[in-house]
Amino acid sequence: MRLIDILTTASTNMLRSKLRTSLTIIAIFVGALTLTLTNGIGAGISSYVDRQLGNLGANDVLIVQVADQNTGISSDAPKAYDPNRKTTTSGAGFSRAVLTQADITKIAAQPGVIKVQPEQSVSPDYIAGPNGSKYQVTVSQNIGAAHLDLAAGNNINDASTQNQIIIPVSYVSSLGFADAGAAVGKPVTLAVTDAFGLTTLHTGTIVGVQQKGLIGGGGVIINTSFNNELYNAQTVGLPIATKQQYAYALAYFDPAATTSQVDAIKAGLKSDGFTAQTVQDTIGVFKSVISGIIGVLDAFGIIALLAASFGIVNTLLMSVQERTKEIGLMKAMGMNSRRVFMLFSLEAVMIGFWGSLIGVVVAEIIGHLADSIVSKGLLSGLPGLQLLAFPAANVAKVMLLIMGIAFLAGTLPAWRAARQNPIDALRYE
Amino acid sequence: MTITTDSAKVKAMAATTNIIASERVTKTYGKGENRFTALDNVSFKVKAGESVAIIGKSGSGKSTLMHLLALMDKPTSGTIMIEGNDAGQLSGSKLDKLRNQTFGFVFQQFFLNGNASVLENVILPLKIAGVGSRARKQRGMEVLRDVELEDKAKNKANDLSGGQKQRAVIARALVNDPQIIFADEPTGNLDSATGKKVEDILFKLNQEKGITLIIVTHDEDLAKRCSRRIQIKDGKLVGDKR
Repeated sequence: MRLIDILTTASTNMLRSKLRTSLTIIAIFVGALTLTLTNGIGAGISSYVDRQLGNLGANDVLIVQVADQNTGISSDAPKAYDPNRKTTTSGAGFSRAVLTQADITKIAAQPGVIKVQPEQSVSPDYIAGPNGSKYQVTVSQNIGAAHLDLAAGNNINDASTQNQIIIPVSYVSSLGFADAGAAVGKPVTLAVTDAFGLTTLHTGTIVGVQQKGLIGGGGVIINTSFNNELYNAQTVGLPIATKQQYAYALAYFDPAATTSQVDAIKAGLKSDGFTAQTVQDTIGVFKSVISGIIGVLDAFGIIALLAASFGIVNTLLMSVQERTKEIGLMKAMGMNSRRVFMLFSLEAVMIGFWGSLIGVVVAEIIGHLADSIVSKGLLSGLPGLQLLAFPAANVAKVMLLIMGIAFLAGTLPAWRAARQNPIDALRYE
Repeated sequence: MTITTDSAKVKAMAATTNIIASERVTKTYGKGENRFTALDNVSFKVKAGESVAIIGKSGSGKSTLMHLLALMDKPTSGTIMIEGNDAGQLSGSKLDKLRNQTFGFVFQQFFLNGNASVLENVILPLKIAGVGSRARKQRGMEVLRDVELEDKAKNKANDLSGGQKQRAVIARALVNDPQIIFADEPTGNLDSATGKKVEDILFKLNQEKGITLIIVTHDEDLAKRCSRRIQIKDGKLVGDKR
């Protein structure tokens, strides 16, 4: 029997008991719908998170801190006092070790580290735009070539000697700009106060406006040159030893470095008494929580499919029962067992195909509807979020998975059909 | 039609070849105390072009014999020879091919797919053989013409009368141009008038195309029309009349 004949025969057989077949297809459809939706949510959120992570910083940077067992939860014994180790006091009274100029030199000497940039933390008093109103602001230094999610303008050029600044979209109207686009290229003023209590004003040019996001953002981002200017103004009057204390430093490495090369740098820094993390490491927990949730949702889809696969087994077993004589006749006429097996397993695959196709199509329709409703209502605070994404590869994977499950479900009935003895089948009443 | 050349060829062959032969065939079912001998040491030879009736009471073993001859089952001992070759030596796929190309089957219960068209039913053996769609349709119409059913080709098999159904079954048996047609009580489900018509078609095929007929029946009249009657009783061959 030709393959095309097996295919057409399988599809006519599938339609022979229309009600039974459609009920089985509905069961498959429910599983396919669930799986496609959970996958769609997974893909949608993942791509959103990836864009958000881009806001946090580049891939070629390690955030280096002093390895300090006294911070965080640690089972280790307290560390002995080291007169050479400087500490700083942070908000709630926790003290943690800071990096000194000697540490910075040590980090820079680490093989694989191209450049070290100590974090010079600046805390401006206010930011003021063209309308003169003053607003509180937090400043973060641009971490490497961060992939910011921008509403207007461009990324910061860290090599530039000009003072560059990126403001969050929430500051646009407060500072007196008509819209994000209008703010780009305009000057803004940051005020810092030094150790003597003297306030100085510093002007930078807005190069971009950052989209509101889940993580990162909220404050302004400035380039190294601007940061240095503010830091120097803020630390006037401080002793040099205090001035050269940093909470962390950024160690740059080759962007083309492999994971194992990055791990080697991390290990080297660790043996020198530092902890080093990439931006991805720091938000790894966040990502694993999301993938955990998606995993649970997927499990529901798989459970639905498992239930549906028993539907396929049942449907096909009944078909085999009904068609005993027909199978016997075909075998008597010289149809070999392998073809009989193919005929029935293809019928199962077809049921899987139609169920999954309908499921995928309906899931996409639901996805688009849900996106347009949710982005206007419930989740309007998360601009740029596409709740459900359906990359073709994911959809194809879901369909192949379901057809695979259908095939497996079909093997038992197909095997039963294939081993029919023509004599018994033709005698069967 | 090329009946004359066909029958000339068959007659030449008939003089020399046994198309099918049973050599000391025994078939038993079960084991130990439950052992039951359905066929006991049955031997006979059939020449091409013969029409053979296998007669006997129900349970005599005549159906078992037909299944063995049609290679749907294997004998416990003894051999079935097809054109002088031991069928027991054939592999599964060769056996399937032999059945597909050499044999035609006519059953008492028809075994037609009621929801498919008559033509679809008739071309099933060709579909199994892997013949292309156009060629098998053409051949299907040819054999339907032979049994005078060409006007019913597109009808559903369920809509046919009993006699028409059996003619469709004969067309299906004919479609692969077989050398032997096995018929299991071909007139068993028909009234005598339609039964007669079906018999006429079978014997016409036997005479004009030289197709060997092996008919299992307990209908005396049908058996008498055959050129040879093999009688089976309690699994043993008890009579072979020409």
